[in-house]
Formats: sequence, structure tokens, C-alpha cells
Amino acid sequence: MIFTRRETLAIGAGAAASAFLPMQVNAAADDVIAAFTGGAEVADGGVDLNAPEIAENGNTVPIEVGADGATAIMLIATGNPTPGVATFHFGKLAGAHVAATRIRLAGTQDVVAIAQMADGSFKRASANVKVTIGGCGG
Amino acid sequence: MISRRDFLQTTMAASALVGASGFGNWARLAAQQALTQDQLLDFDTFGNVTLIHITDLHAQLKPIYFREPEINLGVGAAAGKVPHITGADFRKLYGIADGSPSHYALTYNDFTALAQAYGRVGGLDRCATVINAIRAARPDALLLDGGDTWHGSYTCYHTQGQDVVDAMNLLKPDAMTFHWEFTLGSDRVRDIVGGLPFPALGQNIFDAEWDEPAEDFQPYQMFERGGALIAVIGQAFPYMPIANPGWMFPEYSFGIRDERMQEMVDEVRAAGADLVVCLSHNGFDVDRKMASRVSGIDVILSGHTHDALPEPVLVGETIVVASGSNGKFISRVDLDVRDGRMMGFRHKLIPIFSDVIAPDPQVAAAIDAGRAPFEDQLSEVIGRTESLLYRRGNFNGTWDDLICDALITQREADIAMSPGVRWGPSVLPGQDITREDIFNVTSMTYGKAYRTEMTGEFIHTIMEDVGDNLFNPDPYYQQGGDMVRVGGMGYRIDVSKPMGSRITDMTLLSTGAPIEPEKTYVVAGWASVNEGTEGPQIWDVVEDHVRNQGTIRLTPNTSVKVTGA
Repeated sequence: MIFTRRETLAIGAGAAASAFLPMQVNAAADDVIAAFTGGAEVADGGVDLNAPEIAENGNTVPIEVGADGATAIMLIATGNPTPGVATFHFGKLAGAHVAATRIRLAGTQDVVAIAQMADGSFKRASANVKVTIGGCGG
Repeated sequence: MISRRDFLQTTMAASALVGASGFGNWARLAAQQALTQDQLLDFDTFGNVTLIHITDLHAQLKPIYFREPEINLGVGAAAGKVPHITGADFRKLYGIADGSPSHYALTYNDFTALAQAYGRVGGLDRCATVINAIRAARPDALLLDGGDTWHGSYTCYHTQGQDVVDAMNLLKPDAMTFHWEFTLGSDRVRDIVGGLPFPALGQNIFDAEWDEPAEDFQPYQMFERGGALIAVIGQAFPYMPIANPGWMFPEYSFGIRDERMQEMVDEVRAAGADLVVCLSHNGFDVDRKMASRVSGIDVILSGHTHDALPEPVLVGETIVVASGSNGKFISRVDLDVRDGRMMGFRHKLIPIFSDVIAPDPQVAAAIDAGRAPFEDQLSEVIGRTESLLYRRGNFNGTWDDLICDALITQREADIAMSPGVRWGPSVLPGQDITREDIFNVTSMTYGKAYRTEMTGEFIHTIMEDVGDNLFNPDPYYQQGGDMVRVGGMGYRIDVSKPMGSRITDMTLLSTGAPIEPEKTYVVAGWASVNEGTEGPQIWDVVEDHVRNQGTIRLTPNTSVKVTGA
């Protein structure tokens, strides 16, 4: 394959650009999830995860999780250096299986909630939260 | 670019109207020949309820010129759909004749020639005449203001919004929602809102500390009109603290919050609402998505993205109405509401041709009285332009090119950045540039022009970040402005790519050299959302530049290459 000078330049710029891609799910997040589920299968749905589409402040992002009948819900910030955020445990007398907190996000990433149900099964929900420099509002 | 055929047709149309092009009375006569106030207001009153929508006035109390965008790209589900259709394609879609008043009002082609034929648009005194005429036909019509009202002019800046508040109150709105108003600072906003003779709405305005609905704004207001119970739910701009300086209103949090929107719809329906109207500052694509996710809204009156559409867009059973900006349009929506349902609608986007619609004398006098103390400052001629100065468009406008030139020369910078806002009227070739004109495109409460050093890598990060605010395929991740305007640097953008790989080929125009990630560049810009930004006010920078230049001549800007659309 022969590249023109122009294409070569474009490729060079593209390679430089790849350094600024949004955070990817890292291996640490997979490890945290595996430790919580013991490697069991996780079904999509059945978990409410309420997060802003774009964080107003990446240092304190309001997140709410809930799953009827859950005994525990784990919250994971997949793009953070330390992805495990919190695990909420619900006892038998819990009136609602809902928890709200604020978390810090290192950048644009998926926030994942995994609920352990009373029967031992696992469910998950995920939301993409964008952390942006901001400005330029029309 | 205009085709030869377009050009011939419009010159013929224009010459049939005027005989010769010119300013002042010629334009006035031409507009009066082509149009009458009665034609603009002609409407067969329909049903039992009327909504009047005005939005994104940006403090333009006097008539102006306003060129609509040439480039307005849609991505994802919005690709190729209105409002992302412009120019000849737009006219074809709606059956608008070349050279017609609607051509001039709704599309960008041949703007200078048609502006000379049809004259200025807008003026709140003209809007008042239209509103009064609609109220004559339907006395209990609801007037709803979509926000971005108390921002954008010399007098608005120097009175902290009071001139616009006073003028708008004469029009007797029934409700309002918000965006740029918050950049007056939260104390000032509460001060004004506390004295408004109508409700300030925003179901998504929350207390930032407690994450509960803010007490200063109500989510909705119920009205009884034409024998029907009407709920108007407010939706403020969702990304206020991100797109604008959050430190100016730290007590408040926003967001789309469509789950709460659904709760509010359910609540008002349970309370007996026959009609649910959402007065929104979401922007058009966000409103279109929200209409598909929230059930039970009959009408969304859409603001923020400054789109003007001659017909509502139907999403399921919801109609979405877009009413333009800068006082250029008012939408009238008549509805047949019976048995707890919207059974039908009739709609008209009324262009406010300033030379055709008689100003309301009371509102005109009030506006002039408000301007009188500032008249010398407003009317001072700073320079003259031989180029059409406009802003709207995804990538660059000539006003932005001029502002970037000013930043580079006055602040001795390699690269200039100017925010991709959608407000700011146009100035025609041959016109003087007054101080008022400069404020109309720069006025804001955080207008200090910074000068700083940035690495090539950081410049790229900014470009990608802003690009994603505009071209993320999911409208809920868009903020509704246009791309940051850049002076001194060219680049290529592929709008179809994901964030991080849209922007390539960044080039320093002064040398033709590629921007190097590690190298440091001097960047001048304005409208930083960061607290404590230092520098002269941007309008002073632009004024000095225009004064030095005397006459402004801009060459077409070809530094941005766009692909993937």
C-alpha cells in the first residue's frame, strides 16, 4: 500500500488523537464485577440507574440506584482508576431497595450498577455519563 | 453556494420589487409592495385555544437583520431531518418560491440582496402588534416566552436585564422559562423573578445541594382557557452549568430529567388537564427525543436552537413547534381541545417584517425611553463593513472571523477561539458598524478576553469536546450550540466519527505547519466558563480592532474542512 503525503499526515494526526479517546472499560472494572458476582451470569435490566447524561461537575455526580428485591447493589465507575465505588446492602426489613449518592468520575465513562437478588441471581444496568470541559452554550 | 439559476431568479424577483436595490425608504417601499400586515396576520381562527410562542429574543428590542444558517448538520436519528435542512433544500421541502418573503425569512441564500428588498425583521414593538392582533381574534390566547430573553444587547447588559423585563411585561406574557437569564447571576435572577407578574417555570430547575426541585421556580402552571384546562410545564435549558458559568448560579442544578417530566405530565393529567403544553428550552433535537420518551404532552414549544420551522413536527401524538430567534418570528398555534384531548391544530409561523408590521406605539415609546440614556453610546459609529457580517452556522460566521481577527491582532495570539453561540444579528455590506452592533454579538456577563498558553494536545481536546457537544449522535448528550470558532488554525472534522477522532489535520495557518501535540501556542479567546478569568472585555477588543481597520473586508473562510455529513 502506498500512502500519499497527505494521507500520511492524516494518519499521523489520527494516531495522536487516539490518546484522547474517552475512558474505556478497564480490566480492573471486570475484576471488581467478577469478585462481586463470583463469575455468575449477569442479566441486563431489572435495575434502575438514574444518572445525568452530562455531569454538571465531574467531581460530584449524583447517582441513584434501585432494584426491587435486591439484597445488595454494587456501583462501579468503569473508567475510574479505582472502579469500585460502593456496595449497598439491603436487609430483610428494608422499606425500599434504593440508594443515592454522589460519585467522582475521572472522565466520560459508563457507570454500572449490579444488583444481587434474593435468589442469588444478578442483574445489571449501565449509563454513559459525559464529563466535559463545557462552554459555548448557544 | 447559490446556483446560477437561484441567482437569476432572485435578482429578477428583487428587481421586480424595487427596480434598484438600496437602503432606507427603498427597502421600506419594497417590503410594503410585496406584503401587507393583513397578509402576515391572516389566520382563520380555529378551535377554542390559542398559544402564542416567542423565544430566544436575546434582548433584540429593535428591528435587525438576521441571516439563517447555511450549515446545520444533523447526526444520528436527526440526520437529514428538519431543522437540519437549509437553503434551497429547505425551500423545496416547504414549497417556498425563490425570492419570496419566506425565502428571505427562512433561508440564507442571497441574503444581502433580499435584505435590501425586504428590510429588517423583528422589533418587540412589532411583536406587540402581532400579539395584540391575535388577542383581538382570541382574547384569552396564552403568550408563552421560551427564554433567552434577558440577554444579548448593550442596554440589557448595562441594566442587568431590566430594559427587556420592562418591555416584555408590556406584552403581558402568561409564563416563561429560562437559559441565559441565569448568567445575570442567581441573586439578580431571583430579584427579577420575584417581581414578575407571571409564573417562572422549570420542572428541571433543582436545588444543587439537596437535589430537590428549587423553590424559586414552579414546575407548571394551570390555565383555564376556552373551556379547557391547560397545563403549561416549563423546561429550562438542561445544561446551564456546563455550557455557561455554573459559578454564577451555584445553588441550581438542571439536567433533562425526563422522568420527572413524565411525573409532572401524569400529575397535571390527574388534576384534570385537557391539554398539556411543554414550554421548552431543550433545543429541537432534544425536544424531539423527549417527545418520544415522555407520553401525554400535546404541544412542545421548542426554543434554544433558534430553528424556525413553517410547520410543526409531529412525534407520535405530540407536535413540536420551533419559533426562531431574535424577535424574527412569532408562532400562533390554534387548538381544538375537547373531551380532555387535542383534536386538531392550525399553526402559523409569522415572520416579523419590520417595515410591514406597524409598531405598537406604547411599546415603541417604552423601548425608546429605555434606550434614551444610552443613545450616544449605542449609535457611535466604530467602522464600516464591506462584507456581510453574520454568525449562524455550525462552523464559522463572518462575525466570528472578525472577532477572531480582533483577538489575534489585539492580543498578539497564534490562535483565537470564539464561542459557537447562535445569537447575534447580521450587518449588511455598506452598513456602519456601531457600538450597539458589536454588543449584539458579544454582550454577556463573562465576556473577558483571556490570553493563555495551550499545548497542541489540549487544543485538540477542546475541539473534540466541543465537537461532541454538537455531533454526539444522541441528542441528550448535545448542548445545542455550534462548533467553537477558531482563528489562526485550520482543521478537518468528520462529524460521523466518535469523540476523540473527529478532528484531524490541525494546522497553524500563519506557517502552514501542523499543530504539534507537545508544542505550546498562545491562544486568545473569550466567554470562558471559569471563574476569575482576566482580560479586557471582548467588545472593547473588537471595537479597537474595527476602529483600527476602519473598513472591514473579510475573505471567505475555508480553513475548516467538513466530512461525514
